[in-house]
Amino acid sequence: MANVFSGLSEKLNHVFTKLTKRGTLTELEIKQAMREIRIALLEADVNLLVAKDFVNRVSEKALGQAVLKSLSPTQQVIKIVSDELTELMGSTNSKLLVSSELPTVIMMCGLQGAGKTTLSGKLALHLKKSGKKPLLCACDIYRPAAINQLKVVGTQAGVEVYEEGTKNPVTIAKNAVKYAKQYGFDTVIVDTAGRLHIDEELMQELIDISNAVKPTEILLTVDSMTGQDAVNVAKSFNEKLEITGCVLTKLDGDTRGGACLSVKAVTGKPIKFASVGEKLQDLEPFFPDRMAKRILGMGDVMSLIEKAQEAITEEDAKKFEKKFKENTFTLDDFLSQFDMIKKMGGVGDIMNMLPGNMGMGKFKGVKAGEIDEGKIERNKAIICSMTKKERKDPSILNYSRKMRIAKGSGTTVQEINQLVKQFDQTKMLMKQFKNGKKRLPFM
Amino acid sequence: MGIFSKLASSLKKTKDKIADTFSRVFSIDRIGEEFYDELLDALISSDLSVNFAMDIVDELREKMIEGSVKDKDYVIKSLKETLLTMCEDAPEFSIEYPTVIMMVGVNGVGKTTTIGKLANYFKEMGKSVTLCAADTFRAAASDQLTEWANRSDVRIIKHAEGADPSAVVFDAISSAKAKCTDVLIIDTAGRLHVKANLMEELKKMGRVVGREYPSAQFLKLIVLDATTGQNASSQVETFDEAIGLDGIVLTKLDGTAKGGFVLSMIAEKGVPVAYAGVGEKLGDIEEFDLEEFVDGLF
Repeated sequence: MANVFSGLSEKLNHVFTKLTKRGTLTELEIKQAMREIRIALLEADVNLLVAKDFVNRVSEKALGQAVLKSLSPTQQVIKIVSDELTELMGSTNSKLLVSSELPTVIMMCGLQGAGKTTLSGKLALHLKKSGKKPLLCACDIYRPAAINQLKVVGTQAGVEVYEEGTKNPVTIAKNAVKYAKQYGFDTVIVDTAGRLHIDEELMQELIDISNAVKPTEILLTVDSMTGQDAVNVAKSFNEKLEITGCVLTKLDGDTRGGACLSVKAVTGKPIKFASVGEKLQDLEPFFPDRMAKRILGMGDVMSLIEKAQEAITEEDAKKFEKKFKENTFTLDDFLSQFDMIKKMGGVGDIMNMLPGNMGMGKFKGVKAGEIDEGKIERNKAIICSMTKKERKDPSILNYSRKMRIAKGSGTTVQEINQLVKQFDQTKMLMKQFKNGKKRLPFM
Repeated sequence: MGIFSKLASSLKKTKDKIADTFSRVFSIDRIGEEFYDELLDALISSDLSVNFAMDIVDELREKMIEGSVKDKDYVIKSLKETLLTMCEDAPEFSIEYPTVIMMVGVNGVGKTTTIGKLANYFKEMGKSVTLCAADTFRAAASDQLTEWANRSDVRIIKHAEGADPSAVVFDAISSAKAKCTDVLIIDTAGRLHVKANLMEELKKMGRVVGREYPSAQFLKLIVLDATTGQNASSQVETFDEAIGLDGIVLTKLDGTAKGGFVLSMIAEKGVPVAYAGVGEKLGDIEEFDLEEFVDGLF
C-alpha cells in the first residue's frame, strides 16, 4: 500500500497482460478489465458510485473498438481510461476569478483539519507574488489560537491580517472588506472555521458570511487523503454555499488522491490549486491531466520536466549534452549532477514523479522517503576530496589514494568504490545511448 | 445515558447511509458472485481497506450457505461475527500509571484537540496531568494547546516556536518526574508519514522518553481522522515502523464518515483502538468499544 509505485498501475498492467490478442476488444475482456479498474479506483479512494459510473462510461467507449495498429490492446484501454479520467477532472486548469468591483473576496471553507488556514497563507503569498495586494481576514473564532495561527502565517507571507478577536464572524468579514476598500487592498481572503457539513448552525453562519460579503470565489478545501465520505462533504458544501471551486491539500503524501475525482464528479466545480508541502510557496495550479496520471499511478513526468527546467540552466544542459556526445563525462560532471538533483527537490521527489512502469523495474520496494539523501551528500564529499587529476580519471585511484579520500571526506573506502562503480556504469550507459542502442527515457 | 451512547448515536447517521448501500446487496436474490461483488463494494464504501474487504468476503464465502439471501439478519450476523473473529487476536489497550503518551499523526487529524480532551478525561478520573507542547513547527500550535490546558486546568510545558521538540520533551519529563505526574501527554507536530527526516525527529523524541523516564509506561498513539480513506493503512504502517504504535485514536466520528479502516488495523496490524473522538466539546472523547463500533457500522 505504502509503495508509491504499487496500486493502480500495477493492477492495470496485470489486467492488460491478460489482453494480449490483437483485434477488437471483446465484451468478456472488457468486463474483466473493468472489474479490476473499478477496484483499483476504489483503492485510490474514488467514491463507489463515481467509480461505477466511470467504469460504465469507459466500457461503452472501449467495447467493439478496433485496436489501433500502433497500440496494443493494453495501451489502448489505458489510453481510453486515462483520457476519460482527465476529461472527468476538467480539461484545463482554471484561474482565480477577479471581481469587477474591488476588492475581490475569496472565502475559504471546509472540514476541520483540511488545511484552510495554511492554505489561506499560501494563496495570499501566491497573489502577492503575482502583483496583487491581498488582505487576510480571520473569521475562525472557535478553534483555540486559530487567529494567532493566521497572524503568524500572514507575517511569514508578508500579508496584513485583519482580525477583531472572537466577535461575530459575519461582522468581521464585512469590516474586513470595508477596511480593504479604505486602504487599497484588491483581494480579501476570508479564513473561516472548520466545520462539519452536517452542522446546520455553523453552515448557516457560512451562508450568512457569504451573503454579507458576496465572495467572487468560494473555495472548498479538501484533504487529498479523504476517503469515500468526500462526496457527502462536497455535496453539502456545494448545495448550501454554491462553491466556485476546490483546492486539494496535502498532496505531498503518498495518497493517490482519488477523492478529487469524487469531488469533481458531484459538484462539477473545477479544482483550482493543489497544495504540495509545508512551506508557504508550496502551492501549484491544478492540472487535471497530471492528476489523472497520479490516480492511475502513471507518474508526473510533466512536473518533473518543469522542475528540471527550473534546476538546470540552458548553459548547463548544453555543456552536459556536449560531454555526453563526446563521452568526456568526468567525476566533476557527476558532482554537478548531484547538485541538480538536489535543486530538483531530491531523489524522493523525482522518484515520486516517475511513471509507475519506469519506477517499478528499478526501484521496486523502495519508498520515496527512504531514499538516502545523505548518500548524495557523502558522494559529494568524496568527489570534493579528490584531486583534479583523480576526478578526471578515477582509474588511477589506488588504495593509498582511496584511504586519503576516505579520511578527507569522512567516508569509507567501500563507499568510494561504490561511487566509482556507479560512475563507470553511468559512462557505460551513456556509450549505449550514444550508439543508439537505447533511447533516453525522456530527453 | 450510557458511556458509549454518543459513539452509538454518531454511528447512527453512518448506519442509515450504509443501510442504503447494503440495500443493493440485499436486492440480489441469491448468494453468488454478484452478491459477493456487491458486498465487497458495500464494505469498501465504509472505507475498509480493499484487501481487508476482500478477505472478509472470502471468509464469508466459506461460512455462508449458498442459496437464498432473503434472510438479511443471517447475513448481517455472519458478517459481524466474521469481523469480530478476525479482530480477536489484537492486544487490548491498557494504561499503567505513571504513563507518557506521545500523540502522533499526519497534519490536521485533530491531535491537539484530542490531547485537550484527554487531559480533561484523565483529570476527571482523578489523575494529575501535564501537557508537553512539542509541536514547535505549526504556527501558534502551543497557544492552541495552552488554551486546552487552561480549559481543564492542567500544567503545560512549552518552549518558543521553532525550538527543538526533543528539548521540550526533555524538560517536560523532568517536570513530570519532579511533580509525580500520573499522565504526561506529548503533542507532536503533524507530519506526513512519507517525510523521512520528520519521522527521524519522532524517533529521537521517543529515544528521549525511553532514556529519561524508563520507569514510566510509554504509549505511542496515532490519531486518525475518520474521514480518511485508504491512505490510513499507509499512515499506520509507516508510523508503526518508525516508533512502534500502541494504539489508535479515531477522531471526527461526529461527521458522516465511518472510519471503517480501523478494523483492518486491528485485525491485520494488531494495533488496538484506544479512544474515539465524537464531538468538539471537552467531554467528547470515549473509550473505544469494538463490538459497539461493528454494531454501528452494519
